[in-house]
Amino acid sequence: MGVAKYTKDEKGAIKEVIYQSGIKVKPVYGPEDLEKAGFTYEQDLGAPGDYPFTRSLHPQSYRSRAWTTRQYTGFGTPEETNKRFKLMIANGQNGLNVAFDLPTQMGYDSDHPLAEGEVGRVGMAIDSLKDFETAFAEIPLDRIGSGLTINGVATIMMAMYQATAEKFGYSKDQISTTPQNDILKEMIGRGAWIFPVEHGVRLVGDSIEYAVKELPKSNPVSICGYHIRESGATPAQEIAYAFEIAKAYIDTVTARGIKPEDFVGRFSFNFNVYGNLWEQIAKFRAARKLWAKMLKTEYGVTDKKKLFLRGLFGGGGSGLTKEQPENNIMRSAYYALGAALSGAQTTALCSFDEAYTIPTPRSALLSLRTLEILMDEVGLRDTVDPLAGSYFIETLTLEMEEKIIEEMEEVQKWGGMTKSISEGFIQRKVSRQAYEYEKGLQSGEYRKVGIVPTSESGNRPEQETQKTDVELHEYNQEWAEKSKVNLIELRRTRNDKDVSDSLKALEKAARGTDNVMPYLVTCCHAYATVGEMAGVFRDVFGEWNEPEFY
Amino acid sequence: MPEIVAILQGNQRAGARMIRLLEQGKLEALTLLKQLYPHSGNAFIIGITGSPGVGKSTLIDDLITVFRKQSKRVAVIAVDPSSPFSGGAILGDRLRMQRHATDKNVFIRSMASRGQTGGLSRATKDAAIVMDAMGYDIILIETVGAGQGEFDIATLAHSTGIVRIPGTGDGIQAVKAGILETGDVYIVNKCDRPDVDASVHALTMMIGMQNMGRQTSHPSPKWTPPVVKTNALKGTGVDELADTFLSHFDFLKKHNLTDQTKRNQETLYFKSLLKDLTLAKIHSFMETSPAYKSVLKRIQTHEMDPISAAEHVVNTMIILK
Amino acid sequence: METTNKIRVLIAKPGLDGHDKGAKIVALALRDAGMEVIYSGLHQTLNQIIQTATQEAVDVIGLSIMSGAHLPICKRLITMMKEQGLDDIRLIVGGVIPYQDIPELKEMGVAAVFPGGISFEDIITGMNKLFE
Repeated sequence: MGVAKYTKDEKGAIKEVIYQSGIKVKPVYGPEDLEKAGFTYEQDLGAPGDYPFTRSLHPQSYRSRAWTTRQYTGFGTPEETNKRFKLMIANGQNGLNVAFDLPTQMGYDSDHPLAEGEVGRVGMAIDSLKDFETAFAEIPLDRIGSGLTINGVATIMMAMYQATAEKFGYSKDQISTTPQNDILKEMIGRGAWIFPVEHGVRLVGDSIEYAVKELPKSNPVSICGYHIRESGATPAQEIAYAFEIAKAYIDTVTARGIKPEDFVGRFSFNFNVYGNLWEQIAKFRAARKLWAKMLKTEYGVTDKKKLFLRGLFGGGGSGLTKEQPENNIMRSAYYALGAALSGAQTTALCSFDEAYTIPTPRSALLSLRTLEILMDEVGLRDTVDPLAGSYFIETLTLEMEEKIIEEMEEVQKWGGMTKSISEGFIQRKVSRQAYEYEKGLQSGEYRKVGIVPTSESGNRPEQETQKTDVELHEYNQEWAEKSKVNLIELRRTRNDKDVSDSLKALEKAARGTDNVMPYLVTCCHAYATVGEMAGVFRDVFGEWNEPEFY
Repeated sequence: MPEIVAILQGNQRAGARMIRLLEQGKLEALTLLKQLYPHSGNAFIIGITGSPGVGKSTLIDDLITVFRKQSKRVAVIAVDPSSPFSGGAILGDRLRMQRHATDKNVFIRSMASRGQTGGLSRATKDAAIVMDAMGYDIILIETVGAGQGEFDIATLAHSTGIVRIPGTGDGIQAVKAGILETGDVYIVNKCDRPDVDASVHALTMMIGMQNMGRQTSHPSPKWTPPVVKTNALKGTGVDELADTFLSHFDFLKKHNLTDQTKRNQETLYFKSLLKDLTLAKIHSFMETSPAYKSVLKRIQTHEMDPISAAEHVVNTMIILK
Repeated sequence: METTNKIRVLIAKPGLDGHDKGAKIVALALRDAGMEVIYSGLHQTLNQIIQTATQEAVDVIGLSIMSGAHLPICKRLITMMKEQGLDDIRLIVGGVIPYQDIPELKEMGVAAVFPGGISFEDIITGMNKLFE
């Protein structure tokens, strides 16, 4: 049953429950459990809005404001994306979340051989400032903030965003951008890495430092436990690894003489809602508390607002099944319930057809409606942290906190996150777990509705009969052609000397210790392409060789 | 069947198929190998051994780059362990060398150890002969790296590099394990770590002691194994490492030690082939001989004890041939 | 000599997509089914895949594709396999593959398609069937 391990007796009664994070759940909880754990209200909970923020970041939570929802947009060409942006703003959205295609994410121009078949496929294709000018045309960049879902070349996109704003007459202190910019999680999970670990971390450091000094309204990094969880980490590991990644970034920036107090308030997180309901709720409550405690005690951060664990708790992609995709609609609703019960500030849901395709407008709308039903219809806004004081939830939150600390200590024993990833410790652990979980799912040890365990099916239906009627997102070959034509035109019309001068300066900065950000902004203004800028980094840094995973 | 001419011309498809047949233990492949054998003996074979996680694959990746800069054609055999439970294997060493995959002058072949102890697989030597005959100048062999006791590589390579990392029980333990008797070059990788100099020092001392012992038993010219510091991830020290290997090869040639090495290796290869072929005969005997089958039946009906049965069968075989 | 005919398979991630969980766990499952699995790593060009399959003399190339680009990728790879004389190697594909695309993939010469969600047992049985 579910993602937890259940042992039953002959009559089918549950004898034992063990959560993925390794916590054993008792049949009944009472006051003695809280007593045994040494629970006190002041130390472990505090009032909502008070340190350590277990209950909520804000005193009134959803009473004062429902959660913010985010939709991930960016399709094909910058022109199309611009239309979509304008529509979303007209519908009341106050933030954009930009998706890029794979060539852009990997630092290749649309005419690179590796880009073939991928231009504009999973997001918009960006080759140069020209494309950003088109995508953000007539968008009030002083009012609308933009999340940039990009990591390997996040520095380039941040610079390009600034250059675009400057082109449109805004100053860099007016704009607000949040690039994802979490390269270490790419190396554990999503795989959109380019450069070796230490150079990747240096670029993250450059962007944080630059944001601290030059972009007062921007949040330079969003750490994604999300993808780590998707790759096979337990909920406790999801939080632990994300926090250890955060520490790696904090350390690289403090080594430049900047105080944590000056920048940790700009970190945000992206966590996953998939899994056992109670375990998720405990995870988020424990995470808020631990983050605040860690910043206060280890990094001496004092400003209350800078202790907030900000971020998006949502998604849930791994929980969705390809079988009977309609079930995913219900599944997602319960995942969202978990996020709401733990006081998520910002959320977004995977669409039910995500296992097949990029969300269609219909399925994306359904996700949005699911979230609205929770807030506006069934009463999740009525009171703050409704589960507080539950013998079970509070015990579980404490146990989860302990598990997360255990997992963090293991990473420290390995020599910290950067080294653990270089050496492949994390990747090996996570992929082995993913494999064991998948085997458990197939054998029926874990239960997912709609998935028939191998053991129970003498003759399973043939693949062909499992056909579903999800509507597929179409890929348009013309996007690539259009991007290629634009590139030819760009190369013909831009000032070649400006391009080569700015790229040379960038190379010098990359080889030395100068912050690359201002050099990138100059390159962007000169209409250097993403491929050219990333190419400089490729030459100077080389590319990462991933370690073995088995 | 792969064509001999194509293999000699260096055709990778033909060479790879040939290695596959040899790995599968097909007897007909030996007939072909016989034809290739006279064309081998020109390559410089370098073994790279050491515990898991010391960075062997990354070092080889760097060595390929260096040797390619010198316009040498390079082949690699990377051996990974087979699962003792399923017999399957994941062969991931080439993951670190994949940027060389499309270089026509580089040939990388992964091999599973298939139950063989000693750090190689049974067909590693065969594969090296094929690559040698294909005209590769350098053959790099990465052993399983299961820890200690991977001495087989020394019977196959001209030069054996032993990779270690700082702060992992150098010294006495290494001597105890006999590891210092097989190396021609010692590599301290990940030399950005703090205690690198202590490691180099300890190794150099041990080698010195070892060589005093060697002197008495080998009056012939003496090669003192150098210790080279590298950082494979950054590519530092690898040029020097490549030069060290090449100078060891020159040393062997200068003192006519390659011939001696070859003679020793051929004897060993002969012995191991003899074992393989005898086993193959036994297997085919077991599959075809009525005598074997009748003995098997008599064991099952308790007419004969297993010991007498085995003795009987062996005697029959020797009489048969 | 004992003869062994273990299935040798190259598990490869073509192109730029980096979602490799599926490729990795399938590699582990195939190992546990007694196969020898060469794992290419991420971001492979089709040329790298072709050269790797050649050098390793594999029986099967298994592609893991999540980006939606399975049709153009398979088409190109099959052409290249023919050009390089690798016709005897079976191409199989897994990942995010809509069922409606399976007939077209088979038509162009893909030996078997294992869309995400399929069990290890079905993959292994399916692969063994290719060599009966």
